[in-house]
Amino acid sequence: MNASMPEGVTDARPPPTVVALASRALGMLAVLTLVTGLVYPLLITAAAAIAFPEEAGGSLIVEGGRVAGSRLVGQPFEDPRYFWGRPSATKPVAYNAGASAGSNLGPTSAALHRAAARRVDALRASDPQNAAPVPVDLVTSSASGLDPHITPAAAFYQAARVARARGIDEGRVRELVRAHVEGRTFGVLGEPRVNVLSLNRALDALAAAGSRAPAQPVR
Amino acid sequence: MTSHGVLSVALYCALLLAVVKPLGGYMARVYQGEARAARRVLGPLERGIYRVLRVDPDERMSWQTYARAALLFDVAGLVVVYVLQRVQGWLPGNPAGLGAVLPHSAFNTAVSFATNTNWQGYGGETTMSSLTQMVGLTVQNFVSAATGMAVLVALVRGFARRASSDELADAHLGSFWVDLVRSTLYILLPLSIVVALLLVSQGVVQTFGANASAALVEATTDVDGHRVTEQVIALGPAASQVAIKQLGTNGGGFFAVNSAHPFENPTPLSSFVELFAILIIPASLPYTFGKLLGDTRQGWALLAAMLVVFVPLLALTVSQEQAGSPALASLPVDQAASALQAGGNMEGKEVRFGIAGSALWATATTAASNGSVNSMHDSYTPLGGLAPMWLMQLGEVVFGGAGSGLYGMLAFAIVAVFVAGLMVGRTPEYLGKKIEAFEMKMAALVILIPPALVLVGTAVACATEAGRRGPSNASAHGFSEILYAFSSAGNNNGSAFAGLAADTPFYDTALAVCMWGARFWLIVPVLAIAGSLAKKKTVPRTAGTLPTHTPLFVAMLVATVVVVGALTFIPALALGPIVEHLLAHGASSARGGA
Repeated sequence: MNASMPEGVTDARPPPTVVALASRALGMLAVLTLVTGLVYPLLITAAAAIAFPEEAGGSLIVEGGRVAGSRLVGQPFEDPRYFWGRPSATKPVAYNAGASAGSNLGPTSAALHRAAARRVDALRASDPQNAAPVPVDLVTSSASGLDPHITPAAAFYQAARVARARGIDEGRVRELVRAHVEGRTFGVLGEPRVNVLSLNRALDALAAAGSRAPAQPVR
Repeated sequence: MTSHGVLSVALYCALLLAVVKPLGGYMARVYQGEARAARRVLGPLERGIYRVLRVDPDERMSWQTYARAALLFDVAGLVVVYVLQRVQGWLPGNPAGLGAVLPHSAFNTAVSFATNTNWQGYGGETTMSSLTQMVGLTVQNFVSAATGMAVLVALVRGFARRASSDELADAHLGSFWVDLVRSTLYILLPLSIVVALLLVSQGVVQTFGANASAALVEATTDVDGHRVTEQVIALGPAASQVAIKQLGTNGGGFFAVNSAHPFENPTPLSSFVELFAILIIPASLPYTFGKLLGDTRQGWALLAAMLVVFVPLLALTVSQEQAGSPALASLPVDQAASALQAGGNMEGKEVRFGIAGSALWATATTAASNGSVNSMHDSYTPLGGLAPMWLMQLGEVVFGGAGSGLYGMLAFAIVAVFVAGLMVGRTPEYLGKKIEAFEMKMAALVILIPPALVLVGTAVACATEAGRRGPSNASAHGFSEILYAFSSAGNNNGSAFAGLAADTPFYDTALAVCMWGARFWLIVPVLAIAGSLAKKKTVPRTAGTLPTHTPLFVAMLVATVVVVGALTFIPALALGPIVEHLLAHGASSARGGA
C-alpha cells in the first residue's frame, strides 16, 4: 500500500515501540512454529510413512513377529563363532542403541593405546595362528558406538577363526564374506564394508540349514 | 592423500560450485520478491501470515528498528525453547517419558539454538522429548538461520542503496519480518522437504512410535556384570530435523553422536547429501550478494577467497587422518589404506564413511558454522584437529553460517579495502561507498569480538577449578578440548571435542555467554554499518578506485583473514594441537631410534 505513496512519506510514521515489536516477534514465532515445527515434521512423517515405511521405522529386521535388530545398528559379538564388530564406547553396555557415544580419546591418549593393545591381545588369543597385523577398524571404537560395519579386511582377518570355531570349511566362510561386501556407492562415495549382523545371521542360517538337511548344498 | 580421497574432494567441490549460480540466483529473486514460481505455491501462505499478524510488507525499517526486531525475535525463541525443555515432562509427544531438563543445561541449549550455534551439551535421545525436538529445536533451526540471512540481506541493501535526492527516505533497510518469512518459506522450507525425504529413503528414521526393542543374537554383559539380552533402539522424528540442521548451518543433531548415528546418517549417499546441504546456502549467498548489487563478479571474488582458505585446510585434514593414529603406531595394527580397508586414524570414525568422508565433513562443518559431525573430532590427529579448530577461529567467514558467514566476510572486506587505502593514501571505498571511521570501528568490532570471547573464555576455564575439571584427556589435548569448546561457542559453530564434560553449570553458563555475545554483538554492528552505508551517496568509479573483483583483491582479503586469524590464535594453538603434534612425533621417532 505504501508503494503508491510518494517517497519519504512513510518515514513520517514514528518507529514502532519495543512493546509493539516484541508482541509482533511473539506472533511471528507462533506462526513460524506452526509451519516449521508442526506442519513440516508431520508432513515429512506422513510422506515417509507412505513412501518409505520400513526405513522411517528404523529398518528393523522382524523374524517370527519379533524384532531381531536393525539392519543399520550393530550388535555386540564376543563368541569366536561369530564375526566381531568394532569396539563400542556406549554405556553401560556395548552397542547401547538408546544412548549413542564415541570414546573421544585423543590421538596421543595412553588410554587409547591400552584399549587397542587389549583388543589386539583378545583377537590374537581367539586365533593364535593368525600373526597378521590387525586391521585398524577392529581395534578402534566407532564414532557412534553403533557402527554396523567392519571393513572387508577386518572380516577376512577373522574368517579362519570363525570357520574353525564352527567346524566348517574356511573357503565357505570367505565366500560368505565376499557375498556380504558392499562396495562404494556409485563407485566413489563411502568405503567398502561388511554388515556384521547380516553376516552373522547368514552364518547361523547356514548352520541351521546344514543341520536340517546335511546333504543339501546351501544356495 | 589416497586417490579416492582426492577424487572425493574434487567431486564435492565441483558439485558445490555447480549449484552456486542457480541457487544463488534464486535466492536473489526471493529477496527481490521476484521468485514467481515459488510465490504461486507459497505466496498465499506468505500473505496470510502478514494479514494475521498485521505486518506491513512494505515497512521501511531504520537499522535500529531492524536490529531491535531481530534481537527481540531471537529472545522470544530463547524463552520458548527454555520453557519447553523445563515442562516437557507434562506435555504430549514424549514417548520415552523424559523429565524436565536441568536449568543450566536448558539455558545453554536455548541460547545455543536461538543463536544458530546448536552446541549440544546434552544427548538428544536421552534428554529431549519428540515435542521439544520439533516445536523447540527444529523451529529454531529454521528461524535462527533465517535471521542470519535476513541480516545479510539488510547489509547488502545498505551497499546497494543508491542514495537519491531524498536521502532520508532511502536510508531504510527493508522489513525484518518480510526477510525472515521469505528466507524461511521460500528457501529453507522447500530445500528441507527435499533433503528430508532423500534422507528417509536412505534409512534416517522419521516416526512418532515408541523406541524398539530387539533380541540380541548373542547375549552380552554390562559394566556391572548383568546379563543383557535386549537392545533398546531409540527412534524419533529425526529426518525432518536433520535436513534443516544441515541446511541452516545449525548442526544440532537428533541423537547424541549427531550424524555419526546410523539412524541420522545411514549410508555414504545420505552422508554426501547432508555434507552437500551444509555448504550449499553459505556458498551460494556470495552469488546472491553479487546479483543484488548488480555485479556478480563481486560475489565470485568473495567465494574465491573462501575457497582459497578452505581447500588447503581440507587437504591438511584428509592427509593427516589418512596417515594414522600415533597412539597405535607401536602396536601390530594395520593402518595402511588398501583395496580392503580405508586405513588411517579410525578411532571415532564410522567404517561406511572412512577417512575421506569423515575428514571432508569435519572441514566443511567447521568452515560453515554448522557444527554437525559424522566422526568424533576429539579423536582426530593433532594437526587433523587443528584445521577444523582454526577454521572456526577465523571467525566463521570461510562460508560460515547462513548469512552470518558472508556478513562476517564483508567486515573483513571493509578492513581489506581500508588497509589497501592506507597503502596508496586514498580514502578507501567498497562497492561504491566510502569507508570511513564509523564503518571501520564497527567492522573492527565484528572481527574482534569473537576472538576476545574465545580467548578470555579459554583463559577463565584454565584458571578455574570448575573449568579444569572438564577435559577427559590429559595435558596438551585437554587444553585443546577447552580451546575447541570456546572456539566453537564464540563463533556460533557448535561442534565439539566431545570428551569435554561440558554439561556442568560452569561450562553451560560460560559457553552460553560466548554464544550470545558472538551472535548479537555482531548483528548490531553489522546493521549499524548497513544503516550508515545506506545514507551514503555512491562514489563514481575512477582510475584510482581499487577494483574489488580481481585476483589481487582476493589475495588481499585472504591475507587479511589469515593474518588476523594467525596473529590471534597461533599462541593458543601452539599450547594445544601443535605441542601435541610435536610430542606425538617426537615420541614415535624416539621409539624408532631405540
